[in-house]
Amino acid sequence: MPAAAGEPVSGRGAAGEEAVSLRARLRVNRPAFTLDIALDVAPGEVVALLGPNGAGKTTALRALAGLTRMSGGRISLRGRDLDGLPAESRPIGMVFQDYLLFPHLSALENVAFGPRCRGVAKAEARRAAAALLERVGLADKAAARPRQLSGGQAQRVALARALAVRPELLLLDEPLAALDAHTRLEIRSQLRRHLDDFDGATVLVTHDPLDAMVLADRLIVVEGGAIVQQGAPAEVARRPRTDYVARLVGLNLYRGVAAGSGVKVGELLLHASEHFDGPAFVAFPPAAVALYRSRPDGSPRNLWQARIDGIERHGDNVRVHLGGPVSAFADITPAAVAELDLSPGQRIWASVKATETHAYPA
Amino acid sequence: MSSSTRERAGRLPWMLVVPAVAGLVFLVLPLAGLLIRAPWSTLGPRLAEPHVLEALRLSVVCASVATLICLVLGVPLAWLLARVSFPGRRLVRALVTVPLVLPPVVGGVALLLVLGRRGIVGQWLESAFGITLPFTTAGVVIAEAFVAMPFLVISVEGALRGADQRFEEAAATLGASRWVVFRRVTLPMIMPGVVAGAVLCWARALGEFGATITFAGNFPGTTRTMPLAVYLALETEPEAAIVLSLVLLAVSVIILASLRDRWVNSP
Repeated sequence: MPAAAGEPVSGRGAAGEEAVSLRARLRVNRPAFTLDIALDVAPGEVVALLGPNGAGKTTALRALAGLTRMSGGRISLRGRDLDGLPAESRPIGMVFQDYLLFPHLSALENVAFGPRCRGVAKAEARRAAAALLERVGLADKAAARPRQLSGGQAQRVALARALAVRPELLLLDEPLAALDAHTRLEIRSQLRRHLDDFDGATVLVTHDPLDAMVLADRLIVVEGGAIVQQGAPAEVARRPRTDYVARLVGLNLYRGVAAGSGVKVGELLLHASEHFDGPAFVAFPPAAVALYRSRPDGSPRNLWQARIDGIERHGDNVRVHLGGPVSAFADITPAAVAELDLSPGQRIWASVKATETHAYPA
Repeated sequence: MSSSTRERAGRLPWMLVVPAVAGLVFLVLPLAGLLIRAPWSTLGPRLAEPHVLEALRLSVVCASVATLICLVLGVPLAWLLARVSFPGRRLVRALVTVPLVLPPVVGGVALLLVLGRRGIVGQWLESAFGITLPFTTAGVVIAEAFVAMPFLVISVEGALRGADQRFEEAAATLGASRWVVFRRVTLPMIMPGVVAGAVLCWARALGEFGATITFAGNFPGTTRTMPLAVYLALETEPEAAIVLSLVLLAVSVIILASLRDRWVNSP
């Protein structure tokens, strides 16, 4: 073999070729629904498709797996076209929402199923399956049938089964949705560890922002069959660009026009800590909103008169729904509710500090 | 666990109760008559008579082979109907169920026209391979399979439609071809439906009369199955007919008992 010395060592270019594992443009046309998204995933990267029910997340995942026929687009994995291949010929592993472990096979046989289908000898497949079960901490459940497993155990067997085929692309459909809150916490961190160890591309679908934040390196927010926002989890959480994302990450979000440090939202001028001009989003957390019965002294810069549309419990606090020039949520303590003697329909003053208000270009 | 409808106060309407009881008597009385008139004292020796044993053996063998044929052909047919969409699928499904409602004698005549010595296929079978089917034991098997196969196909197709197809998708993502999916995932999951269908199919084949006597005739040792023997014995020695009928009744009861979870307990 000739040494690589003669080849150009423009590292970036070569790395650029390597840096994309999955490159896909997915188009699925259905009556009254069109999915059209493009996504690139690097090796070892975990991308979460986040979106409301019916947004097309699962359809996208099924298209990647070859379970849903695409109307157009392309899927290329490590430079190889997948879109013409049936599901069974794609180098993928998939974890389904309710796991779909084969009920007539033991945990071990479930995990060994994939390798067996791909031509691995029986003894070898069982050995690999046993090793994988051990890795997910279920060595003692090898002989158990799926109905004898708890939800968390079934989830881990499903993950082991998907990893057993040594996939180049791992697909996870709402991997934690079927678990109760306590198990979910535990399995989420375990899953994070296993995904860290996996060197292929991972695409996971979820409607839970916490799952997405913890598990993914990058979020792609899908609404109505199209990508509406993408970026690192912290970036998406700090700068939501749609009402859906704002609700998920718990921010009040408005669209307006920025001029200097002020953003004009309808009639109201909100001052933010950023300075720029042009179409803008402006966001602040509900906990940053302060409420007053009468116009406060010292006049905070973001002040408006609001109407109370509703009051509800929200964790340890109380969430007040405000109407008026802008509709907003305000989170205040139960003590404050009693002190202010709040009731629906009442007029009230609301303020937010400029330092807690963030503006960014739309 | 069956949810019982709550008893309502007030008298039951006689317009419904009287016909209901009459209907029940109508169904049960003939069977009771069979049990009452049965020659219990001579039952053992009569069952051991060579021609009874011969008919019994022939019936069991033919019904079993017919069921096997139905399984080999009928399960794939059910899979085709349940899993593959093709033009004319509804028509094919209707055609499959025709033998269910067709008078068996008509089925026998139709088989004769196709597989008989001068039949479209039978002529060719005889000239090419020297095979003749009518009035042979193979003919009995064919007549029984023709009449019984719809029971199996309908039962298996129902099981396939009831099975969660996402398990098959999961198997596909693991690299299983459609044949492997069928053999290792689908078939084990629908096995109860296949067994029920096979039992029904076997019972129907065992009791087959019209198509058998038309297509295969009535020759002792080769084509005279139990139902044919019952019919024949009724004219010469009625007690033998009763004994043979008892055997068939016992088989029916056993089959009903084995399927009770599927049918009898249904709400």
